[in-house]
Amino acid sequence: MGSHRLGGATLFALSARQVTKRFPGVLANDHVDFDLLPGEVHTLLGENGAGKSTLASVLCGLYKPDEGAVLRNGTQVRLTSPRHGLQNGIAMVHQHFRLVDRFSVAENVVLGHRSLPFRLRASDLEDQVAQVAERFGLPLDPRATVGDLSAGQRQRVEIVKALYQGAEILLLDEPTALLAPPEVEKLFETVRAMTQVGKSVVFVSHKLGEVVDISDRVTVMRDGRVTGSVARGEADTRKLAELMVGRDIDLSPRRSQVPARETLLQLDKVGLTKDGIERIANVSLSVRAGEIVGIAGVSGNGQRELAEIVAGLQAPTSGEILISGARVNGMGTRHVRKAGLAYVPEDRLGTGLAPSLSIVDNLVLTRDRGFLVDRKSALAEAEAFIQQLEIKTPHAHTATRKLSGGNSQKVLLAREIFAAGEDSRVLVVCSPTRGLDVGAVEAVHKLLDEARSAGKAVLLISEDLDEVLTLADKVLVLYRGSVVHEVAGTEVDVEAVGLAMAGLS
Amino acid sequence: MNSNVWILTFADAISIATTLILATIGAILTERSGVINLGVEGILLMGAVTAFLVGDGTHNLWFALFMSILVGVAMAAVHAILTITLRANQIVAGLALVIFGTGLSQYVGKPVEGKSRPVTIQPMHLGKLSDIPIVGPILFGHDIFTYLTWVGALVCSLYLNRTRPGLVLRATGDAPATVDAQGVSVAMVRFVHTILGGALMGLAGGWFMLARGTAWSQAATTNGIGWIALSLVVFAAWRPLRAIAGAVLFGFTLQVPYTLQGQQINILPPEIVQMLPFVATLFVLVALSTPRARKLLGAPKMLGQPFVRDER
Repeated sequence: MGSHRLGGATLFALSARQVTKRFPGVLANDHVDFDLLPGEVHTLLGENGAGKSTLASVLCGLYKPDEGAVLRNGTQVRLTSPRHGLQNGIAMVHQHFRLVDRFSVAENVVLGHRSLPFRLRASDLEDQVAQVAERFGLPLDPRATVGDLSAGQRQRVEIVKALYQGAEILLLDEPTALLAPPEVEKLFETVRAMTQVGKSVVFVSHKLGEVVDISDRVTVMRDGRVTGSVARGEADTRKLAELMVGRDIDLSPRRSQVPARETLLQLDKVGLTKDGIERIANVSLSVRAGEIVGIAGVSGNGQRELAEIVAGLQAPTSGEILISGARVNGMGTRHVRKAGLAYVPEDRLGTGLAPSLSIVDNLVLTRDRGFLVDRKSALAEAEAFIQQLEIKTPHAHTATRKLSGGNSQKVLLAREIFAAGEDSRVLVVCSPTRGLDVGAVEAVHKLLDEARSAGKAVLLISEDLDEVLTLADKVLVLYRGSVVHEVAGTEVDVEAVGLAMAGLS
Repeated sequence: MNSNVWILTFADAISIATTLILATIGAILTERSGVINLGVEGILLMGAVTAFLVGDGTHNLWFALFMSILVGVAMAAVHAILTITLRANQIVAGLALVIFGTGLSQYVGKPVEGKSRPVTIQPMHLGKLSDIPIVGPILFGHDIFTYLTWVGALVCSLYLNRTRPGLVLRATGDAPATVDAQGVSVAMVRFVHTILGGALMGLAGGWFMLARGTAWSQAATTNGIGWIALSLVVFAAWRPLRAIAGAVLFGFTLQVPYTLQGQQINILPPEIVQMLPFVATLFVLVALSTPRARKLLGAPKMLGQPFVRDER
């Protein structure tokens, strides 16, 4: 019903036409086209922030596009909510599952289904759910409590829920992120069972290796735009990596101008095992005075843990951390800072800065002074920074939460690089330009370059590969908690780094 | 000491339990949706004084109770608007409701302070059942509301566990984002159940006044029963049927000191007894303070948390 061919063109189950979606300060989707055939497995591939999840959210009705249209079976649909999307047979399984832990599998599956009778019989529901699960080869006990299930089983509950509600098109956001390899294989079996009955699946992924096996087609996105679409057979990982990482990026690198000197930060076979899972495995690295070491990698491969270990927020379960030759592991943040470490966390407002305190207060926050605070000199110092770093603010007493992302990052960097003083010689920086506009990115890069020139040892942990390639004198790739690739900044092969990030080296 | 005294104590315990069950179920319905309403005591007082005043003016028992329910609805609606629409802190809003209810009931009840109740809810006589020795007076000498309350707890339990709206209600307290993603309004579910809960609390106050309170006294009428109901919610692990057992138990502990006093046996000073409800409530608040304890006790996961849709 309502489906018709347009001028003899192939009838797509779902299409995006010139979809544009903006968020404050970010152009998440820039005139994106996307087509999905019935019975097809189509992967949306791209780095974090490439805009693939945004596109999926537009397709399922969660976001409304600012421009462009979504077509279902060739007819334009204006989806107003995920429920409306579901009424059109489109369902999305989010990376973070939306399940009620305390409910049984069956209760979770039927929750919110409009045509349920007023009176529910548990056994009827369980039978229905078991039937749907069985039809698509999803082993599930409908009576089990969801809170007791593994990530893979929970994902199956989400998929069964979508199928139970009549989904014809399933959008899976990073479906393999939480799965162990055997569970991934099972998921692929389910996907095949679905396509055999004419249902379509969209995989949203940043994992090159996996998508090639399962996909009929791969569409690659970068910076909110589609950079290419490749059919099965033509899709080899090198080509995809190239499309994903992008060759035509302007690197204009900033390298160390001074010869690197003594080693200030050293990690020796550092490991972290948490809840029985190895988060960081045997990481060794060293950062010398006057150099930037960049850690590249896809999000969730141990970057946060590594940063927190170095910053003293978490104690490693094995290995040694040395700052200026002194062992500091497991000694806590205060000790680590005293030993000379400055830390710019990923979460700049909240962990890095106190959002409701003023710029002045934030600048003096970390300093070891007497009981009384000399506000006069602190104010003078803050005003000097505001002028020097071109921080846009009404005045020095403005709360940092009122600043833009770029300006609050400048305040944080000012504190951690300059206000921390001469004794602070190691700087750990995490995703310093996430969410910032181009101008602010440049300013932040300039500051990091200055810190290096001033003889600090900088460890830059970033999911933005361009950033690492632009700044680092040495590039390390982190994959599943291990360093899988290491290369000097001047000898970087972008393709090799891209493959290493995808775990293919 | 003769056995009649203890039979009466048991009968009184079950009678008092009626108010506790009504208020507790009201609180359970509210909390299952994710809203905590600490204003129970205030609503009970307002329900009681309303029943007294309306009864005094009209001598119509049913109309008096109806007005108690309406007052409960109005107060719960205030809580709902504050906490759901305006996302005020639920604890603070609830405490404000108690202070408001205490003050207002004292003010409007001043002219009738100490006056004996104008209308009375009469116990039923259930023929031969009531004449059975011991069991008869304990179980079958109560008024209609006591029995309706037991049925109400059962209905409420079935509603929660066996119906579609009950399923949605439980999910709203545990995972509002999930419910929201299904196109169901979290605010609506919370509004409806907070107000329904308030209606039951209002009735609890009205019934207590006209069935058990002999005279209106702001200081002595409810005597902390609202706070006990809040502890009972936790004691009952948010399950209506368990609330019956808990309410009878608490009713018994409330009644025993009076029985002992009547028998000239003084174990605990009455001041200590009067303090117990508040001690129990403190205990409950402490017990609910850690995520681990909440999980263990089976508290709705998002209890007390305003829901804001996650948008970029």
